[in-house]
Amino acid sequence: MKVLYFAWLRERLNRASDEVSPPEEVKTLADLVSWLRSRDEALDYAMADPSIFKLSRDARIVPWDTPLDGAQTVAILPPMTGG
Amino acid sequence: MIRVTANSFDAGAEANRFAASHTDVGAMVTFTGLVRSLPDDPILALVLECYEELATNELAALREQAISRFGLTDAAIIHRHGRLVPGETIMMVMTLAPHRQAAFEGAQFLMDYLKTDAPFWKQEETATGARWVVTMPKDKDARSRWIS
Repeated sequence: MKVLYFAWLRERLNRASDEVSPPEEVKTLADLVSWLRSRDEALDYAMADPSIFKLSRDARIVPWDTPLDGAQTVAILPPMTGG
Repeated sequence: MIRVTANSFDAGAEANRFAASHTDVGAMVTFTGLVRSLPDDPILALVLECYEELATNELAALREQAISRFGLTDAAIIHRHGRLVPGETIMMVMTLAPHRQAAFEGAQFLMDYLKTDAPFWKQEETATGARWVVTMPKDKDARSRWIS
């Protein structure tokens, strides 16, 4: 599974993506974020306030409790500023 | 019509083409966003980062929502990414409706959601370095008025 990082989160991690194989107990996108944070101190620190982030599953924004359910791509989205 | 693009576009030509696409409408509202550099806080450029596939999906869903909520005949969103200099066009929203109220409200709804829910991130290049643009509380307030 691919995990994408954007904007200042990408800069802080110094990479735009990771290829990961989460263990079976990782069932939802929220679980995935917890698991990623447990493996990466920089990500853990950058996501200290998780409420500001949105998540996408296969290029659709979805709630944090959405099942991973064979997702190909998950993105962690810092606050967006379109328009 | 949804277009997420790194290319510049001619807002006038886009508006004329969109207006000509329907004959059963009495109102068109267009909004064009421009890169600005204020005299007391000048910028050299605005760099828009984008998750293109997600942006296309989310803007398409937003367009559908606006059409059904306000009874629009049609709606279009053009949004650029990449490096833009002051004066350049960043984005454009267009709505067509039988009457003006729906066209105005639909355009405002689209704009308010784009500010907080479209997967773009802005970085300003200044003479002293680059800085990420943060979402303004007033933009979140503007969006929240549409939640009922």
